[in-house]
Amino acid sequence: MGVVVEMDNIRKEFPGVVACDNISLELRQGEIHAILGENGAGKSTLMSVLFGLYQPDSGSIRVRGREVHIANPNAANRLGIGMVHQHFKLVSCFTVTENIILGLEPTRGMFIDTKLAAEQIKQLSDRYGLKVDPHALIADISVGMQQRVEILKMLYRNADILIFDEPTAVLTPQEVHELTKIMANLTAEGKSIFLITHKLREIKAIAQRCTVIRRGQWVGTVAVADASEETLAAMMVGRAVSFGVKKAQTKPGEKVLEIENLHVRGRGGVARVKGISFSVKRGEILGLAGVDGNGQKELVETLVGLRRADEGRILINNKEAGGLSVRERIAAGLAFIPDDRHKYGLILDFSLEENMILKSYHKQRFATQGLLNFTAIRAYAQKVISDFDVRSGRGAGALARTLSGGNQQKAILGREIDADPDLLIAVQPTRGLDVGAIEYVHRRLVEQRDSGKAVLLVSLELDEIFALSDRIAVISNGELVGIVNTDETDENEIGLMMTGLRREAVR
Amino acid sequence: MWETIIQITPHAIAFTIPLLIVSLGGLYSERSGVVNIGLEGFMVVGMFAGALTVSLLAPAMQGTAIWAGLLMATLAGAVFALLHAFACVTLNANQVISGTAINMVAGALTTYFARLITGSGNIVIPIAMPRHNLAYLADIPIIGEMLFSRAYASTLLALVILAVSAVLIYRTRFGLRLRACGENPHAADAAGINIYRMRYTAVIISGALASLGGAIFLVTIAGEYNGTAGGLGFLALAALIFGQWKPIGLLGATLFFGLASTIANVSRILPYLAHIPDIVLQTFPYVVTLLALVLFSRSSQAPKALGEPYDKGRR
Repeated sequence: MGVVVEMDNIRKEFPGVVACDNISLELRQGEIHAILGENGAGKSTLMSVLFGLYQPDSGSIRVRGREVHIANPNAANRLGIGMVHQHFKLVSCFTVTENIILGLEPTRGMFIDTKLAAEQIKQLSDRYGLKVDPHALIADISVGMQQRVEILKMLYRNADILIFDEPTAVLTPQEVHELTKIMANLTAEGKSIFLITHKLREIKAIAQRCTVIRRGQWVGTVAVADASEETLAAMMVGRAVSFGVKKAQTKPGEKVLEIENLHVRGRGGVARVKGISFSVKRGEILGLAGVDGNGQKELVETLVGLRRADEGRILINNKEAGGLSVRERIAAGLAFIPDDRHKYGLILDFSLEENMILKSYHKQRFATQGLLNFTAIRAYAQKVISDFDVRSGRGAGALARTLSGGNQQKAILGREIDADPDLLIAVQPTRGLDVGAIEYVHRRLVEQRDSGKAVLLVSLELDEIFALSDRIAVISNGELVGIVNTDETDENEIGLMMTGLRREAVR
Repeated sequence: MWETIIQITPHAIAFTIPLLIVSLGGLYSERSGVVNIGLEGFMVVGMFAGALTVSLLAPAMQGTAIWAGLLMATLAGAVFALLHAFACVTLNANQVISGTAINMVAGALTTYFARLITGSGNIVIPIAMPRHNLAYLADIPIIGEMLFSRAYASTLLALVILAVSAVLIYRTRFGLRLRACGENPHAADAAGINIYRMRYTAVIISGALASLGGAIFLVTIAGEYNGTAGGLGFLALAALIFGQWKPIGLLGATLFFGLASTIANVSRILPYLAHIPDIVLQTFPYVVTLLALVLFSRSSQAPKALGEPYDKGRR
């Protein structure tokens, strides 16, 4: 097996951080080479250097034995290097064909030859088993299909060194399985693949070799067959990691949240939540699983009061809450950890202490006669900071923006838990956090459950759902597919339910 | 009734044509993702350049001076558009503010030059564009009579520009890339398209067409440059939204505005409109515009990246 890419002592610094500290690795012809590391470890930066998005400060790159300078993505394309980005770069009102040929359009006279292009794309699609309709609009096809369009974009440009950046983050387990097959097809046809990921199981399933990166440094390159998931995790984090969260058995108490036949319309008046009913009891975590965009957002927004239901009832502690304002719901015992902490969780240009009282500034403790009592606010913020281990360089006065993602999340967690709610709604609470912070957040959520709170966990990560939930509700296309006890199901079943199949059909 | 329609159509068309060209100008810029509320300013620049050229060349060149005026206006608009492009594309400035500045600068600057050159803030053109029965086209029944008899040659020019634009935007490389820049510049960038160059090109075409529209307004209707385009540029902007950023939509929208304004203007001499209060008729086009905008901006087909400066770093 020949070597197609050699990256030698690549160094890339950003102001204040060394993203890649003299990393070397090589990609062999026809292999899937995983790049494993936590968020911010530098794996994306390293691949961005290969794709020409960043210039390395030092080090050299050889492609097929020849030393190259990759000035920009176009140069990378000319060398046969293609990349599927984590956030797809597609024009949603264009067809599949238009998106693929963009920048490299075949013409006939003055006009674009769409017919010829569509035929070529159909052929490519058939050859690698992608099953993509060249004439479909991007807006009309699933995320999994959109990813295949991204793959076709690379193939159309004759790339044979393919970089996948966290490709499974947006897929259902079944789509992941399909992608695995496609990647195998690609390598069988002689393509070589770099796979950026932090999911150990995927690496075990498809990669031949794995390079682990931690804090910008090369930790090791191992043959996947010889390494266990535990070894890989320890290499990635730098210490032994406990998989799973320790949970004691609890006995769920009375219902805290109850929703009945909830109907909600989303943007443009489209029905997004279609007749959902369920309840969450004291002392339990109900996990809501589903592929992104299946109505979770609208459901959560309706529960916390950002959106009105068209039909149906919401009860908090047996009291009608559907008509309450956001503040009234908070008073009724609801706390909310939003998935987008920058947009809904914090005001980034406010200090940490101001952020801590966003939901309670009007209370007597923090304000008298309409004037804020900053002494009390600071004391309170300092208490939350120390209770929840929020690491802030400049204490409570630091701007929220200056904190790392993990610490921002801990601050939100602190604010919401400290309000002593009856019901905690946590949406993607560990999004973008590293393993250490994830462990912390998970531990805190289980602690809430153990102390008799009701927790509704909405997550796109099945691992998280399984690690925390007592029961799992599955949502698909705005409908509740079913609710199952966590110890009576497995990921395969939930995965199939996420596609909308009823449990009875799954079995 | 039929008689009246035949009668007022040429007036409506005359009003529609400059509006159409200006809004087509807006189309290029906005399809590339750059808001252009400076259309009014570009019209003023076109009117100034056109008026100056025509008044200087008319003694020597007679009728040809009109066409020289249109050409100069187009060039002046293209050059002036560099300002908007520089601010919006190179400096990533707020596009609405840049457009507002364009509107203010255009009026002030051209008035200053008009005073400097002619000694007064107004430039009256000695000749106007003549009306002809356009060969062959005027013989088409009904349509020929309404559109091409006693028509300005600029009508034909505008329709050609419209047709070329529609083909360019929907059928060619340039068009696909232009639309991609306005919808998702990150996708276009990843496909190797130079966003900055595309947007510069689009804004320059935008300024050129808007100024051409201003000059056509000058030589067919206004007859003089006086430092303003009378809000026509904003009406063209409204037509852009009303027409949902589509060439054919623009034709419909501007035709509608053209008809509405003409009806308002001629209402006093039409017996069956005489009993409607004047104020209703005079405000009719604007009220309808307002309503149309409220209705249409809800289901907006605006380019998704419209108004967002392209930041390479935020991938």
